[in-house]
Amino acid sequence: MNGLKRILYNCRKATYLIDKRLIGKITFRETVELRIHLAGCGICRIYMDQSQKINEMIRQLLKTGEKPVITLDDQFKGIMQERIEDHLNRK
Amino acid sequence: MMDEIKIPPTGHQLNPHNWVKVYADYLYIYAITRIRNEEQARDLVQETFLAGLQSMHNFAGKSSERTWLTAILKNKIIDVYRKNSSGLKAQEITDVKAEDDFFQEEGHWKKEYWPQRFGMDDYDPFTKKELNQVLQRCMQKLPALWLSVFTMKHLDDETTDFVCAELRISQANFWVVIHRAKLNLRACLQKNWM
Repeated sequence: MNGLKRILYNCRKATYLIDKRLIGKITFRETVELRIHLAGCGICRIYMDQSQKINEMIRQLLKTGEKPVITLDDQFKGIMQERIEDHLNRK
Repeated sequence: MMDEIKIPPTGHQLNPHNWVKVYADYLYIYAITRIRNEEQARDLVQETFLAGLQSMHNFAGKSSERTWLTAILKNKIIDVYRKNSSGLKAQEITDVKAEDDFFQEEGHWKKEYWPQRFGMDDYDPFTKKELNQVLQRCMQKLPALWLSVFTMKHLDDETTDFVCAELRISQANFWVVIHRAKLNLRACLQKNWM
């Protein structure tokens, strides 16, 4: 399908493969093509480093980042409690 | 109430009278880290309890009360993701870009979008906090569907198959979304950091 030439000069495809490989699988052929592209393309190498770092940052941000110490307010809890009791009594 | 309730000998049991006291805050935090909308998260917790009451008879005692309630909530969150990803397409005209904006026709980077090294690459603890804030702002610009995909993948470690099935998108679409989101996030970080 895609000739070697296509990937060599195709940063769009290369970055797509970079992002896919970070959280999924790419084929053996794609791996080889990507490696060849990266050998000759410094810009995409920067992209790869940063893309990976962004993944790490997102993970940290979602998992630990500003975990809200907020709790539900008591009034709303009261309303929920009532509704639950209502429901249980109805039976 | 007169009915005889079969209690599994060693299994877990449900005690709805205590749900609010014991699980409300836990479920709320679970919801808000995934939805990031206080009101919506609050409603989801309430809906979870009500749905729990209605399906108590399905509880087999195999999982803990908390796990069981969390599973209900999780389904509701996915419903929200799904709703956000359909119907709201028109709203996706924020300042996000498609690949065509970054690349020339034959696939080369457009010069104005060349990735460059910037503060992110050192990643020292002093700048980390500020960088995180920039990242957060950049993430908020992403369309709802993209953010849902990211959250499911990175926070819940869901498999790609699962994400695609739940959000009803194709595998090909999933990777396009990931790629676009990443191109935009990276560009946004670079622009706002340098």
